[in-house]
Amino acid sequence: MDWLYILMPIAGVKIFWPGLIILGIGVGVIGGFFGMGGAWMVTPGLNILGFPMAFAIGTDIAHMAGKSLISTMRHGKFGNVDYKLGFIMLFGTVVGFEVGAQMIMWLERIGRVDLVVRWLYIALLMFITYMVFSDVAKRKKKEREALRAGKELDKLATGLEWHKTFHKIKIPPMVHLKTAGIYCSAWLPIMVSLVTGWLAGILGIGGGLIRMPSLIYIVGCPTHIAVGTDLFEVMMSGLYGAATYTYKGRTELVAALIMLVGAAIGAQVGTVATKYIKGYGIRIAFGCAVIGCAVSVALKLIPTYFPGLRDFTDYAATVVVLAVVSALAIYITVRMVQGAKREVAAKKAFLGPQAG
Amino acid sequence: MGKFFKGLCLSSLIALLLPGLAFAAGGGGVAPMVLVADTRKLDGIMAWWANMYNESHVQFTLLTVIIIPVVGVIFGLIADVVMTWIGIDLKHRELAEH
Repeated sequence: MDWLYILMPIAGVKIFWPGLIILGIGVGVIGGFFGMGGAWMVTPGLNILGFPMAFAIGTDIAHMAGKSLISTMRHGKFGNVDYKLGFIMLFGTVVGFEVGAQMIMWLERIGRVDLVVRWLYIALLMFITYMVFSDVAKRKKKEREALRAGKELDKLATGLEWHKTFHKIKIPPMVHLKTAGIYCSAWLPIMVSLVTGWLAGILGIGGGLIRMPSLIYIVGCPTHIAVGTDLFEVMMSGLYGAATYTYKGRTELVAALIMLVGAAIGAQVGTVATKYIKGYGIRIAFGCAVIGCAVSVALKLIPTYFPGLRDFTDYAATVVVLAVVSALAIYITVRMVQGAKREVAAKKAFLGPQAG
Repeated sequence: MGKFFKGLCLSSLIALLLPGLAFAAGGGGVAPMVLVADTRKLDGIMAWWANMYNESHVQFTLLTVIIIPVVGVIFGLIADVVMTWIGIDLKHRELAEH
């Protein structure tokens, strides 16, 4: 079974390459569907495969850049990417990230930075979970009320309507984001990108997990546009990240390319699945992913107070992340296959009588 | 596709004009240490690749940054062909909910 292992030329270790492809598929499906890079999912997976941690981040980012490019291309064709919004946010994301990264270095000098970061991460994930599920609950309530009144709820209706309040701020210059269907002050996306970039810099993550819900609830993007535009941001930061980490000698391109084979398939599945799942379906699944991430971070926090439990909690955190990734990837793939089958059948039914 | 590539080129330019301003996605600091690839067990393209890593990180980085998007685009185009052949419409999304 030696052929199942490949020697990594830079890291000098033999890796089970089908594992890299499977990991790529899982992360590709979720990334393409939710619009995020998924560094929080990849690192435990690479850990399990015995990948040296010195190369894990760089390799992850290199594959993430390629994967996000594939997803952005596909989302772009569906009209899910608001490039104008993406460009406006690009500057804020970069500057915010740098400020956050500098702040974390300052905190490191003070000490106990890990603890602060992990608690902040958990608080943020809990807030996102609250936002998503209270939004879903409020929309369902509106649906029930509309049904009682004998009406049908507007397809564009949302549960939480914070974005409407933010849109009332009319500080010039105003921008019309045509694809997203938003007219707002340019300062709104700039401030959102600054804050989300700053948080990403502090937490040491790509930021898709924070930016995607921010685009929905604060900027007011429809879910599909938020996913596509966020992937555009992930692609740009991924390309830059790949360059910087590779220059530091921390990228194993062979592993990144093998993962990209799987991620290319997964990203297509995840992106095409958004065609068949309603915006609120995506939001609910996203909420579940955030809960999984929060549980894994909470498990990693336990050894700070109970050092004896470190082995168990590390193992449990990895199991939680991989279980969430597998469950969501399977759910999304099944929905994509079902949707594609319906579409192909409908086309055949339409073309059948014409051919006859 | 044209709009996408225009966007990609412009964004790459922005990223190149802002060296040092951005950290990588999934970032954090990297401890200073020298890593050297062991080329003794390698041959062919793998040995060439590892040697380039040892000799010039600049060349290694340039090739990596070119290879990743090129491979991504190739995979994306192959998937286009496969999905169109299956019969999936890749240009329209009928669901228009928030």
